[in-house]
Amino acid sequence: MRPFVYEQPTDISAAVAIASRFTTEDDQPTRANVQFIAGGTNLADYMKLGVAEPNRLVDLNRLKDPGLRQIRVTDDGIRFGALVRMGEAADHAELKRGYPVIADSLRLAASGQIRNMASLAGNVLQRTRCEYFRETSWHCNKRVPGSGCAAMEGFNRQHAVLGGSDACIATYHGDFAQALIALDAVVRAEGSRGARKIPLAKLHRQPRDTPEIETDLAADEIITAIEVPAVPWARRSLYLKIRDRESYAFALASAAVALDLDGDNVREARIALGGVATVPWRAKAAEEALQGKTLDEVSAGAAADAAFAGAEPRQHNAFKIELGKRTLVRALLETRDMKV
Amino acid sequence: MSQPSVPSTLGLSRRNFMTGTVSAAAAPLLVSSAKAEVPAAAGAALREPVVTSMRINKQAYELSLDTRTSLLDALRDHIGLTGTKKGCDHGQCGACTVLVDGKRVLSCLSFAVMNAGKDVMTVEGLASSDGKLHPMQQAFIDHDAFQCGYCTPGQILSAIGCINEGHAKSEDDIRDYMSGNICRCAAYPNIVAAILQARDQMKGA
Repeated sequence: MRPFVYEQPTDISAAVAIASRFTTEDDQPTRANVQFIAGGTNLADYMKLGVAEPNRLVDLNRLKDPGLRQIRVTDDGIRFGALVRMGEAADHAELKRGYPVIADSLRLAASGQIRNMASLAGNVLQRTRCEYFRETSWHCNKRVPGSGCAAMEGFNRQHAVLGGSDACIATYHGDFAQALIALDAVVRAEGSRGARKIPLAKLHRQPRDTPEIETDLAADEIITAIEVPAVPWARRSLYLKIRDRESYAFALASAAVALDLDGDNVREARIALGGVATVPWRAKAAEEALQGKTLDEVSAGAAADAAFAGAEPRQHNAFKIELGKRTLVRALLETRDMKV
Repeated sequence: MSQPSVPSTLGLSRRNFMTGTVSAAAAPLLVSSAKAEVPAAAGAALREPVVTSMRINKQAYELSLDTRTSLLDALRDHIGLTGTKKGCDHGQCGACTVLVDGKRVLSCLSFAVMNAGKDVMTVEGLASSDGKLHPMQQAFIDHDAFQCGYCTPGQILSAIGCINEGHAKSEDDIRDYMSGNICRCAAYPNIVAAILQARDQMKGA
């Protein structure tokens, strides 16, 4: 591992100042010499593998602002401080009751130990587990821009069928971000150019021809909070995750579904997919297909077809299209049948 | 009580260390490392060690460490507490699980310097001073909850964390919330049985 200087600022502006001082505007956050660290479950792993090589770590755990560690639930919605750990949110009683898709997505992610360590903001920013990205001897456009992509003709069973490009088909493996997108969440960020709000659905960038650019953030920007509005479809919501083993595995296909129903009629539907796409994937076409319809197996099936209409499979991952559709249909019908 | 200082190289035998005697060799190290703490904000040189204080098994330690040192390597290689095991070293197997401030975490994915001021509990700290095993240790023996034993310290610490979190209500619960601890010998049924036994005893304690 490359040696690094360790810094532990106590307020956000100091943390931003350190990052600004050692980065330029052109630095991609994932490739910058300065990295913020909270739980470390993703970054420490990638530093050991030589995928991330910062020479300066800014530890955010000494930041004093108590709001960074709080979950506040009000009539207007939820505010998650960025440093809240996954496990704290997964076990939060009001979340389980009022925003089940969020609590589910966290409970079904990672392991007990990792959930105790990993921060919510870090979770959203987690990087892909693509084997060709993780192992530095392979060509990878995300790790080394322009070097090629070994996954295209490699063993790509776990790779994305939605949102890929000729440069990259690495899957976004998180779960929480999909739940947040289904509830129209927003992240708050602070950087040297001030504070701003970014809709979660616009935070991640599809790879296109620049897969090394993963989010809309600048190298000196810190997510300080995640806000979820009290939308009418929050309560009737769930996260369904299908994987190779029942616990502690990444999704092969997953669906975050949130519904506002009038009887069995869909007033509003929100759908985000995981395990099948390069970014947390909002399935807008599927949502539109359900709008105003009676939700049953037929309409759910049509929505699933719409969600995967643009899917582009490779040699080993074509099964994800059928699996992803069935996952979405089941998630929609189970959400419809929830007692709320 | 004087604070035991441990050099970052293994200059002390484990026995000396355990009794808390401080060898003179530790002194020069403290002088050089005291320097390192100051310039952190003012652009410390790379590779300069950082002094980190933490409590491990209720004993205070001051360590002078390269920033890259994981908590796992600090425990094993710098302090000599080899009960905590290195399996994958990438957060996938759970063998390195310890409790930090009462919560189970993976010591392989935690830089030691990030644990300054924390309370760390390893398998060496579980038994009481009279040698009586922690109920979880005893339960693992009673139920033969291991074969090779390599994953066992991590399983035991994780199981204690799991119970404290309130996630050991049923066998299914235990299997789900213990999924971060892999047992290559597949002693899982016995591990579940051990946790059920210890759970009820820990409640009574």
